[in-house]
Amino acid sequence: MATTLTINGETKSFDAPGEMPLLWVLRDILGMTGTKFGCGIAQCGACTVHVDGKAVRSCVLPVSAVENRAITTIEHVGSTPSGAKVQKAWLEAEVVQCGYCQSGQIMSAAALLAATPNPDDADIDAAMAGNICRCGTYVRIREAIKLAASGRQS
Amino acid sequence: MNAPDNVSRRALLSGGLATGFLLAFHLPLRAASNEPVQKDATDGKFAPNAFIRIDETGRTVLMMPQVEMGQGVYTSISMILAEELDADWGKVEVQHAPPNDKFYANPVFGLQATGGSTSIRAWWMPLRKAGATARAMLIQAAASQWGVDGASCTASKGEVAHAASGRKLGYGELALAAQSQTPPGDVAIKDPKNFVLIGQPLKRLDTPDKVNGKAVYGIDAILPDMKIAAIANCPVFGGKVGKVDDGAAMKVAGVRKVVVLDDAVAVIGDHMWAAKKGLEALKIAWNEGPNAKISTKDIWQDLRTASEKDGAVAKSTGDIAKALATGDKFEAAYEMPFLAHASMEPVNATVRVTKDSCEIWTGTQIMTRVQSEAAKAAGVAVDKVIVNQHLLGGGFGRKLEPDMVVAAVRIAKQVDYPVKVIWTREEDIQHDVYRPVYRDQITASLVDGKVAAWKYKVAGSAVIARWLPPAFQKGIDIDAVDAAVDAPYDFANFHVEYVRVEPPAVPTGFWRGVGPNNNVFAVECAMDELARKAGKDPVEFRRSMLTKNPRALAVLNLVAEKSGWGQPLPPRVGRGVCLQPSFASFLATVVEAEIDDSGEIALRRVTSVVDTGIAVNPDTVKAQIEGGLVFGLTAALYGEITIEKGRVQQSNFHDYRMMRINETPKIEVTVVKSGEAPGGIGEAGVNAGPPALRNAIYAATGVVLRRMPIDRKLLAVGKKA
Repeated sequence: MATTLTINGETKSFDAPGEMPLLWVLRDILGMTGTKFGCGIAQCGACTVHVDGKAVRSCVLPVSAVENRAITTIEHVGSTPSGAKVQKAWLEAEVVQCGYCQSGQIMSAAALLAATPNPDDADIDAAMAGNICRCGTYVRIREAIKLAASGRQS
Repeated sequence: MNAPDNVSRRALLSGGLATGFLLAFHLPLRAASNEPVQKDATDGKFAPNAFIRIDETGRTVLMMPQVEMGQGVYTSISMILAEELDADWGKVEVQHAPPNDKFYANPVFGLQATGGSTSIRAWWMPLRKAGATARAMLIQAAASQWGVDGASCTASKGEVAHAASGRKLGYGELALAAQSQTPPGDVAIKDPKNFVLIGQPLKRLDTPDKVNGKAVYGIDAILPDMKIAAIANCPVFGGKVGKVDDGAAMKVAGVRKVVVLDDAVAVIGDHMWAAKKGLEALKIAWNEGPNAKISTKDIWQDLRTASEKDGAVAKSTGDIAKALATGDKFEAAYEMPFLAHASMEPVNATVRVTKDSCEIWTGTQIMTRVQSEAAKAAGVAVDKVIVNQHLLGGGFGRKLEPDMVVAAVRIAKQVDYPVKVIWTREEDIQHDVYRPVYRDQITASLVDGKVAAWKYKVAGSAVIARWLPPAFQKGIDIDAVDAAVDAPYDFANFHVEYVRVEPPAVPTGFWRGVGPNNNVFAVECAMDELARKAGKDPVEFRRSMLTKNPRALAVLNLVAEKSGWGQPLPPRVGRGVCLQPSFASFLATVVEAEIDDSGEIALRRVTSVVDTGIAVNPDTVKAQIEGGLVFGLTAALYGEITIEKGRVQQSNFHDYRMMRINETPKIEVTVVKSGEAPGGIGEAGVNAGPPALRNAIYAATGVVLRRMPIDRKLLAVGKKA
């Protein structure tokens, strides 16, 4: 049965079971590999995407639940104001190490800034605690979010 | 006593212990033109050696002999090459090197492996010479074109200049002429005071594509006609597949095939969801075999018993028996658990096997071993195996093993299309190659408030004996005792032993921080307990025994100052210190932590000072210490793999926990200026986290923890360990 989704402003139609998680549709059917598989049980946040601007874990999100919703992935988040700011701040603070979790980190941070333009430490903790970074870049993630919020970016 | 005097990784590096087993490494200053890996890459380019390619546009491609798994090595290696080459940094691009031990073997291991914080130490001089050689050839090409003496020309930012005549030529313009120059026999390298790139906090080359989804990890490989497989390894170590009923699995939409191997079953589908659903629908009866009864409880019992035996002597100075008979005696045993790596990119490999070839797409720390093991599994010649290296979504030692590639080859052999085999997080954690359990015993005596005798016995698995057998000599795992033989303090009577104890069936391997993880923990915990016994402040106690180690003393003094050591703290808040010379870097760390009445721990602040010699990229050094500290603190707070009935009990991040941002304190890292040769930096922070935190808890509560991870029950108010 054909499913139609709106991803990064484009309409995509494909055959997939309704209960198939969005993560695997993106990666294995649409070939959009920026969104990562980390745990499969919404524990690590590597698969975070935006649905109607909110950060969600695509590894447990059935495609049937997101028809007619606006899906944004890491490949396109730079076209949103908060996403662009976050990506820039990430590079300026040199957050990234292995980078595998960073798609998810950036999606979570962009959603945070879109909703809360000047987050304090508690806001950052609340929005980002669902994203694991095994390289331990958390100190710089915090710094980069504050940098993005401040508008002090070079 | 006839023991080797100083068995350490440093010895391995210097070749002391390594004599006779390291493959004779010599820098290929000019690649043979009939080498297939060189041919395509070098046509029409200046290719003075295996690392540098400059085309006529000046595009400078650097081949990376070490792999990028987050440690920033693509950038720091490029900085070393570009420094001596005087390249235009803006024109530098990096490429994964293909598998080739002849060109790209890590000089420490004699094979193309990335690990043990060796990349910069091992390649520092070879790459500087490679860059300088290329630079000399470019200068010579320009000089002969201008008909001037090469000595009157200079190079900078990808150009050769002749100041007297004001002439300049770009490296691109010189590329073809340089290719026919004869490389100098003994090339001069720069005086470090003339470095323009090394020592600068340059932006990493690999990060821009890591913030926009474009970076390609092994798991992102996509090939025409590729299918995806999910794998179930036998849940019991060493067990085999009994009977498989695939009736229900084959009915799952998108499932293409069920592959039954002797020790694992895989389901191949159109996508991972089908493969996973198919795997869940399989009915597999396993022959659990002889290991179905093993448990960590029994493994610990065996380790404790075996560790009482005398070990092989790794180092002995003075008269330990006599010295231990005098003074105030101290005895303690420290225990470290099994750990999984849990890199964020789960283990995976994509493979296409044909009758006489095999092609692999993966991210590995051990290129040539992957190639040779894949050849065996595929039944093809080694030179018929192509390994396409990728960025690694974390390695941490897990990807120093080729097992995931071998499994993928065995699966791909059964079909005529490429297969990407992805391990679920559960498979990744339950079928890891684990950091071994260690039991470290320290016996010491105090005379006049100082350590007069120090006897340290390490007991645990010899990873080296399996991974690099020729390096396992005289019964000593040089990794397991690396930072035991290299204690920073003035111990006149000093004795280190190693007892090899292999856990039944549980595969053991390198885990970020490697041997020094257990050594630094035991040494620094014991030092704190000894300080208390001597009635001294832990920093002061250490200082008094650093008279011969100025670099260690300097970082200790600076961390004490920067951390506010000695300043008053509220109740149940403590500071703990850790000092270590590991991976040829000197790191001092202070953790400040608060322990609530229930025993829960809040990290308040971490301060580190590191002397890593010349810091090629000081921002990368900082980042590696920051991240390493989090990695080590995660292990101290949560890390333990337990085994029951032959099975690993943890399965995913809910029960194998990671530190998260809300638990992460302020981390302040200071990189001291140094002119010494560069040390390793990717793992030192990992070593420091657990002992510094443990000592903070000791200061805050008086509870003597000697086992990782930290047992909160022992820290609740009213409890005493």
